[in-house]
Amino acid sequence: MILFLAALGVLLAGGLGAALAGRRAALATALGAGGALLGGGLGAAAALAGILERSSTTLSVGWGAPFGTIELNIDVLSAVFLLPTFLVPALAAIYGAGYLQHWRHTRSLGGAWFAYDVLVASMALVLAARGTLVFLVAWEVMALASFLLVTFEHERLEVRRAGWIYLVATHLGTAALLVFFLLLGGAGGDFRTPISGQGASAVLPGALFLLALVGFGTKAGLAPLHVWLPEAHPVAPSHVSAVMSGVMIETGIYGILRATLLLGPPPWWWGACLLGIGVVSTLVGVLLALAQQDLKRLLAYSSVEHVGIMAMGGGLGLLGVAGGNTLVALLGFSAALLHMLNHSLFKALLFLAAGAVKHATGTLALDRLGGLLRRMRDTGAVMLAGTLGAAALPPLNGFAGELLLFAAALAAAANAPLELAGPGTLVLITLGLAGALAAAAGVKAFGAVFLGQPRGPEALAAREVKSPMRVPMHLLAAGCVALGLFPALGLVLVARAAVVLADGAGPGMMVAVDAALGLARRAGYAALALLVLASLVALLRRLLLRGRSVGAADTWACGYEGAVPRAQYTGSSLVQPAVAFFKPVLTSTRPAVVPPTGFHPAAASFRADTPDVFRHGFWQPVFRRLAGWLERPRALQHGSTHLYLLYIFVTLLALLAYMRGWSR
Amino acid sequence: MTSATSICLILVVLLSVGVLSATRLATSIRLVAAQGVVLGILPPLVLGGRVGLHVVAFAAGAIAIKAVLMPWLLLRAMREAEVRREAEPFIGFSASLLLAGLLAGAAFLLADELPIPAPDAPLLVGSALATLAIGALVMVSRKKAVTQVLGYLLVENGIFLFGQTVAGGMPTLVELGILLDVLVGVFVMGIAIFHINREFDHMSVPELKALRD
Repeated sequence: MILFLAALGVLLAGGLGAALAGRRAALATALGAGGALLGGGLGAAAALAGILERSSTTLSVGWGAPFGTIELNIDVLSAVFLLPTFLVPALAAIYGAGYLQHWRHTRSLGGAWFAYDVLVASMALVLAARGTLVFLVAWEVMALASFLLVTFEHERLEVRRAGWIYLVATHLGTAALLVFFLLLGGAGGDFRTPISGQGASAVLPGALFLLALVGFGTKAGLAPLHVWLPEAHPVAPSHVSAVMSGVMIETGIYGILRATLLLGPPPWWWGACLLGIGVVSTLVGVLLALAQQDLKRLLAYSSVEHVGIMAMGGGLGLLGVAGGNTLVALLGFSAALLHMLNHSLFKALLFLAAGAVKHATGTLALDRLGGLLRRMRDTGAVMLAGTLGAAALPPLNGFAGELLLFAAALAAAANAPLELAGPGTLVLITLGLAGALAAAAGVKAFGAVFLGQPRGPEALAAREVKSPMRVPMHLLAAGCVALGLFPALGLVLVARAAVVLADGAGPGMMVAVDAALGLARRAGYAALALLVLASLVALLRRLLLRGRSVGAADTWACGYEGAVPRAQYTGSSLVQPAVAFFKPVLTSTRPAVVPPTGFHPAAASFRADTPDVFRHGFWQPVFRRLAGWLERPRALQHGSTHLYLLYIFVTLLALLAYMRGWSR
Repeated sequence: MTSATSICLILVVLLSVGVLSATRLATSIRLVAAQGVVLGILPPLVLGGRVGLHVVAFAAGAIAIKAVLMPWLLLRAMREAEVRREAEPFIGFSASLLLAGLLAGAAFLLADELPIPAPDAPLLVGSALATLAIGALVMVSRKKAVTQVLGYLLVENGIFLFGQTVAGGMPTLVELGILLDVLVGVFVMGIAIFHINREFDHMSVPELKALRD
């Protein structure tokens, strides 16, 4: 706990120092990034201690404010989430020190670093807070700090719009959370004490669960509340996107899991609800990721997909607890937690790599990039690692989590009543579909950016980024590879938290843990075997090619020489078969085609956009209707002094009449 | 004595109606001044034999401020700002009068309902309410800023009348406070009118609509 407090202190001191440094860019960067690095290191140590210790540590300080004391507690569930929450921002801070250099003359960096350090500290506080008031304050500070960071380039219109959408979304979520905590407090509970049996009515736990699902689900980016995510994450500076997408959205998953611990034994429909939302999020995320034309938007939708996978794991876990099936419960929860850990690494890595591309070329449009692998070897290598991780392919780290989820779904589908078998089958289908589509999206992201010929002058002029930005990417990639080769290590970190979550399922916990560990070990063997196989193939290729002349030709030129770069595959054409297949779902894909006509065709064009179904089909009509209603009372705001006076007099008269009638 | 009070009260209401019906601003201001005089001599009448020194002093003060100082300020502001002399109503004169009659009738009806004892002057509450209502009507239905000040003064006179229902009058300090308040209000408005006129070349409140958000 002392380490944790020291980490918070260092973070806040660094942030304040950066704020005071203001426009002195070098000093602000040193203080802000240094604070994040040191604080992150201390905090990660505290989190590791929290995972390894048997008992949770608590700090409780009396306070005169309502809702009692300041109480911080690091139990094993908090610690599992705290580990990436401190590690990823510490690495991203090194990267940010290089990334923000671009603005050192035009912009005060002190404010940005202040918001960054405060964001990290508030995320940690959210995970450790137990009292209602401290939690909500930390939650709001987290939202505001990230809003300030999202709107870093606020002179651009789309950045302001995205910030606005984010602010509205996060406040809607917090509104649900306020009601959640009020009801929870009414039933005698808070984030520390479960609600007591006699204080709670029959429907209360269910209502609380739904509120938590809406409130925390908004932050997690679960469909249909995900619409802010693909807006806000792409426009933020890349190290901030990495922190937001890799870590911050996972506080939402933490909130949902924590809430289920407090609300008593879960009925069947909680698990089904969470699982269903997870299925929808996974499919929506991966399909829309497939159709994006902007690298960071693609990654943001991929985050929606992965959060959906975590939700499916949590849903299966809840179903297992409700059905008394320990194996399903433990496998489901450990899949969710392990995937959370892995996602924080590879998604942060992907966003940092995307930022490096942006830094080097100035654009993220897939159709202007290409051929960067030769110009940015390091970035390309780490991007490949991240992409394989996101596509859940061995030997990278995304594989193990999804393997555990597959195992949980199989266990649920194989030998259980229909309440378990049905959702289990659904998860199997979804995961299979999403895995294939995620691989396609990965091919699109990596292929369009790094392979082939440069499609635009920006890509032609690209240079590799400097080492402060490369080092954290390499470290994250090393983490991805390590967790991919030794998934059992990751599982050991999360296993105790999963046991806590799956506690209500019944006997047989040790058997289940052993089964999970065995699976993870086998995933590691598979990764190693694949690595060995790949090395053998490479060796074989070398042997076969020895002594022959080997020529290099343009990629995707079909053997022709000197093909025009515009004639090669584009990002869209790489995934066109998949997108065409899902046209009924991606209904909003309307290509605007101006075909070439006549014998001497003039300029022709093709353009396809895939807007978010939920945003355009649901939220925009809702908000437009709402705005229409709220516009009506503005007719009262007339501007004429006489009318205002008339309002006052009429009100007074009405009050007089009311009092008259009332006293009679 | 009661009849004298009643005559005074009816005079107050009639003067209010007069302010509403006057076509020229100067006339309206003078009518308000006349109402001030009547209001000044009203407290001694209501109190009858129990007239003390402070009541007389207060009546003199009220007359000095309501009947001399404020009208003089307003007339001066009008002259300085070169306000056109017509009242420029939103609601026509006959319609205003009709409304004023209705409001006065409603006020007297309401006064009977209200549980306020006025042993010495039965018309007191009614005429107070009527003056208030007509003042409000003046504020709402006339375009010029000067007329709004006049409506404000009428409302203040209504409140003054209401104060008379409290036996022995309001405490001196409160009455002085109200008087001072009104004086400052009129001062500020007079100056504001003058300055707005200088800056924008007009003084009709509807033109200020452009200032809304």
